[in-house]
Amino acid sequence: MTVLAPDGGTAAPPGPMAAVSCEQITYTFGTHTAVDHVDLRIEPGETFGLLGPNGAGKTTTIRMLVTLLKPVDGRITVFGVNTATQPMLVRRMIGYVPQLLSADGTLTGWENVQLFARLFDVPRKQRAGRVDGALAAMGLTDAAHRRAATYSGGMIRRLELAQALVNAPRLLVLDEPTVGLDPIARTDVWDYITKLRDEFGMTVLMTTHYMDEADAYCDQLALMHLGHIRATGTPADLKAALGEHVTLDEVFRHYTGGTLDESGEKGGIRNVRRTRSTARRLG
Amino acid sequence: MSAAPAAPPAASASIPVPGGPIFELKSLASRIVTLCWVEVCKVRHDRSELYTRAIQPALWLLIYGETFTRIHAIPTPHGIPYLAYLAPGIIGQSALFVAIFYGIQIIWERDAGVLTKLMVTPTPRSALITGKAFAAGLRSVIQAAVVVVLAAILGVSLTDNPLKLIATAFIVVLGSAFFSCLSMTIAGLALRRDRLMGIGQAITMPLFFSSSALYPVKVMPGWLQVLTKFNPLSYEVDALRGLLIGTPADMTLDVIVLVCVTVAGIGAAAALLPRLAKG
Ligand SMILES: Nc1ncnc2c1ncn2[C@@H]1O[C@H](COP(=O)(O)OP(=O)(O)O)[C@@H](O)[C@H]1O
Ligand SMILES: [Mg+2]
Repeated sequence: MTVLAPDGGTAAPPGPMAAVSCEQITYTFGTHTAVDHVDLRIEPGETFGLLGPNGAGKTTTIRMLVTLLKPVDGRITVFGVNTATQPMLVRRMIGYVPQLLSADGTLTGWENVQLFARLFDVPRKQRAGRVDGALAAMGLTDAAHRRAATYSGGMIRRLELAQALVNAPRLLVLDEPTVGLDPIARTDVWDYITKLRDEFGMTVLMTTHYMDEADAYCDQLALMHLGHIRATGTPADLKAALGEHVTLDEVFRHYTGGTLDESGEKGGIRNVRRTRSTARRLG
Repeated sequence: MSAAPAAPPAASASIPVPGGPIFELKSLASRIVTLCWVEVCKVRHDRSELYTRAIQPALWLLIYGETFTRIHAIPTPHGIPYLAYLAPGIIGQSALFVAIFYGIQIIWERDAGVLTKLMVTPTPRSALITGKAFAAGLRSVIQAAVVVVLAAILGVSLTDNPLKLIATAFIVVLGSAFFSCLSMTIAGLALRRDRLMGIGQAITMPLFFSSSALYPVKVMPGWLQVLTKFNPLSYEVDALRGLLIGTPADMTLDVIVLVCVTVAGIGAAAALLPRLAKG
């Protein structure tokens, strides 16, 4: 991958530049603090998992990182570029797949990817090749000229990955990439994500509330609960710290005092509704 | 707050690091082309809307137009046949109807998660709105072309000067760009599709009847003549009539008014876009 430029930020810790650095970031909805002074550091090339139950603040953190929300406090840099002062530059480095399925069903798969190639200023000469390449990498060549409305949930996720990919991003941000998918489609989507990471050496930031996925696919984890980061480390370290034969589920319970299935907030209902509407869109 | 990095890393070797007013203009032009391209794709995939939307103007020309021609109720300037006088007004009206409901599309895109993803591409909000406004304009031009053909079939003689036809398309784009921005602004306030539908329906007819689309300003009551001056549709129709049937029109004023309200509309809709994306 590209050689990393030296870090220009003054507040970043010494050593090579981080892919993502969040310092004390905070976001509030009205009086409710969804993300509370969170620090995160993601190294280039790493697959980083942000774990937590529904309502933990994962999506809000992601939305700040991709410049959709402005943190009310704190500072985020992506490969040394500040999201608050240079959002356009940050957007050029990120491929983002939001939590809810988001392809335009009235367009074909090819048109969906072509749209993002154009919006990311992929030069005209390279466009066709990049679009076809991204679709091929996601196994969508045969379905490329069908309308996305006819796609299955797993195919729409792969189409979204193709959209995120066409820009050759340095950082891939996936918000619950497999939520609402059936187990076969989940494995399928993960096969494609793994392939991407191995082929292009991309840095991947993903959120999930599936512990098995975090355990299998992530190099580093951060456990999030009620807007706070409770623990960070590799899956092995987190488990080893609590003794032998400990599962990640137990680790999580240890740090949060709860299981992943209970949220205990009023936000829970909204999230359930969202997950359901995702499921409905999947058909 | 720390200084910006001395050498910000480019996203990939092939993509130029952005900067400068020329880059911004080129980028804006490219976004407009892209969003118009999307609109063309959508029209190609679903042509039914093109036909269903042709029904109303056809009825206006065929029934209302033919009837009022016969009863000579409306005095037209220079004794122009009423149907010819009406045709540009109906073009303006069908463009208005396309544009005023364009905000529904942006609400649909919000609900489908498409808008969020558009907003994380390197596209400033104003460029996104401008692109969409032009896309609405393009759709209106396609709709206007249908009306021109209909009028020709009914024996109305409109101009065949290609330059004037291009100028006509330009005016239709400008008018629709404004009304689509009005619609997207209302979308940013109403946030919901059903509310936007209601407001859209409530304002289209008043906009239509308080313009010079159906009758000359001179025959209107005094208070309506005043309202007409504040209705951008009047300026659009005035320009369209000047171009298509050669009535005297204040082209400069028409274009200035349409450009100004469009720029204001883009500003308002762009300011409300984050609210729409969040809601
Ligand atoms: N648009 C919103 N308005 C108000 N509260 C919100 C909104 N989005 C999220 N929240 C609240 O913020 C908290 C964090 O939500 P979120 O970041 O979506 O969590 P997660 O992605 O971990 O499930 C929750 O309590 C949720 O109810
Ligand atoms: Mg979430």
